[in-house]
Amino acid sequence: MTSATADCIPLLPIEELARRRRRHESSVGDIWDLLDSVMDPEIPVISLYELGVLQDISREGKAVKLVLTPTYIGCPALGIMEEDARAALTAGGYHQVIVETRLAPAWTTAWLTPEARRKMAAYGVASPEKGGIACPQCGSVNTEVISEFGSTACKSLFRCVACHEPFDVFKAI
Amino acid sequence: MKLHDPLTRYVVRLGDDALIMGHRLSEWMSRAPFLEEDIALSNVALDFVGRARLFYQYAADLMGGEVTENTFAYQRDVRDFTNLLLCELPRGDFAFTLCRQFLYDAYSLPFTQALCKSADSQLAAIAAKAEKESRYHLRRSRDWMLRLGDGTAESHERCQNALDQLWIYTDEMFECDALLDGLIATGVAVNTASLRSEWLDTVTETLHAATLVIPEAQGGVTGGREGIHTDDLGFLLAEMQFMQRAYPGLQW
Repeated sequence: MTSATADCIPLLPIEELARRRRRHESSVGDIWDLLDSVMDPEIPVISLYELGVLQDISREGKAVKLVLTPTYIGCPALGIMEEDARAALTAGGYHQVIVETRLAPAWTTAWLTPEARRKMAAYGVASPEKGGIACPQCGSVNTEVISEFGSTACKSLFRCVACHEPFDVFKAI
Repeated sequence: MKLHDPLTRYVVRLGDDALIMGHRLSEWMSRAPFLEEDIALSNVALDFVGRARLFYQYAADLMGGEVTENTFAYQRDVRDFTNLLLCELPRGDFAFTLCRQFLYDAYSLPFTQALCKSADSQLAAIAAKAEKESRYHLRRSRDWMLRLGDGTAESHERCQNALDQLWIYTDEMFECDALLDGLIATGVAVNTASLRSEWLDTVTETLHAATLVIPEAQGGVTGGREGIHTDDLGFLLAEMQFMQRAYPGLQW
């Protein structure tokens, strides 16, 4: 635990709670499980589900219907995510796939679970926390911004004042 | 391409602002003064093009048939585009690009906030996405105004010159016309005239802090909303649309 997270009890945003309930109560739990193998193309350690992009799954006749929500408007990866999800479903025997893109409720970094944040940090990408932005290398929150914009639409570039490492930060939106 | 439905015309108008602004920003790719700024300009360009896509997709849904988002971007001519003139002006030097961006971002944030309350749920949903990025767009362009305005003698002069040239194009952001009046009455469109005082407060505060002078009002240039543009938009479209005009329907 870093000092940024040690003293807070994470509360789930209402939209995230509703999403988890949809999965928990879903009659197609096996498809949710199947899609847990589909990772974010830019941060390949967290799944579309953990990222919050995969919002709902249902059956429409023989077809599987996915509801996806985009993260950052300028992110070109949503198309890749859709392709990857289709490929995983096809490989799992589901050949008819309908994808609906839903904008509301608008995706927010507040939906990221502590587990997803830990995986991202281990991968080298920090995510915004209430206590500040902690360096994924040494954990120090003594960090400063280099550029508001980083290697992809979802990241900004920071530097750790304590260990001098530059690192990516998931933009808080 | 003639559009008749008021909602579709409004949605396309918002898409046009975003696409043309995004394209102008994209022209900086590999030409920005340093690497981080090159990435920043490209990222903001992506945000605006992404925003345009959401508006155009919605307009295509409203129209139905064969129309797609690409129809609006690639198959319309100058007179069909209804973007603000401010968005189409050539990128100029770095100060000009950042001044334009600041003047637009200071408008875009209250605009997207107001559009979140639109009676049209899809417009409100797009606005809720766009509003988040408008915040950091404005934070960044304001930061550049301070650095350039309160920087060296040359950066100050270039910044002030850019402001003086851009100022007559800012009135158009707050202009109302018959299309807007109708959609404001039904709660769909944002009454842009009501955003002017908030915009002016932001601009005044920033320019003051940046040691820049607000240009004197000289009356505004308008016409973009009616499809009457500067020469420059034609050249922009010639470059942007070339591939689809030469090879219609070409895909990656």
